[in-house]
Amino acid sequence: MDLSLSTRTVDDRTVVEVGGEIDVYTAPKLREQLVELVNEGHYHLIVDMEGVDFLDSTGLGVLVGGLKRVRAHEGSLRLVCNQERILKIFRITGLTKVFPIHNTVDEAVAATD
Amino acid sequence: MATVELRFSALPEHVRTARLVAAAVARRAGVDESVLDEVRLAVGEACSRAVGLHRRSGVDDPVRVTLVEQEKRFLIEVGDGVGPEPDAAAKAASGADDTAEDQMGLAVISGLVDDLDVGSDAAGGVIRMSWPVAVHEVSA
Repeated sequence: MDLSLSTRTVDDRTVVEVGGEIDVYTAPKLREQLVELVNEGHYHLIVDMEGVDFLDSTGLGVLVGGLKRVRAHEGSLRLVCNQERILKIFRITGLTKVFPIHNTVDEAVAATD
Repeated sequence: MATVELRFSALPEHVRTARLVAAAVARRAGVDESVLDEVRLAVGEACSRAVGLHRRSGVDDPVRVTLVEQEKRFLIEVGDGVGPEPDAAAKAASGADDTAEDQMGLAVISGLVDDLDVGSDAAGGVIRMSWPVAVHEVSA
């Protein structure tokens, strides 16, 4: 399975819905998408990972890069993820302390802190 | 004796193939279903790291993956043709981001795999990992 990406706007947030596998081959596509959104002035991003089957450290690197970019504009990057096998990778690397991780897109949209 | 050996050109698109093969062979060897996700991720990380090392060092040799079914363990070796990390100057020239990704990859592997050894052989660096296999009783 390849990577699928789609974006939509909910209130003042931009939701990036990601599906498939994020690895060393597909991660550059996600990186391009995040860079493009920030360049277009979208600084409050929600990455919905409910459709992600696989995530590795290259994907984590892209998400950290995205966070760095939005923070430069006082923005935010929130993740939506319920899958234990994906959450485990964030825990192993200590990134649960770096990213706000929500159960639903609605919860991420409503979050303000 | 190796059950399955895989060699692939150091291209990112082949890493997924290596993950799928490793998971399929691990399942067949009797590695518990609950651990297969870890096997898949660890092999992917090791292969991604090897691909990165080959590309940055300009090495044309293939990345080597060896899957060995032992009596009580399933062993995976991922070998690169580069060996120990280049010196600090080469690292700086190759870009700090790449090195950081390597480190994160190794962090994920060491978080996932209890039995891990990062070493080398004649061809270059080798990451060795193993997982227990379920012992099935053989019916008479």
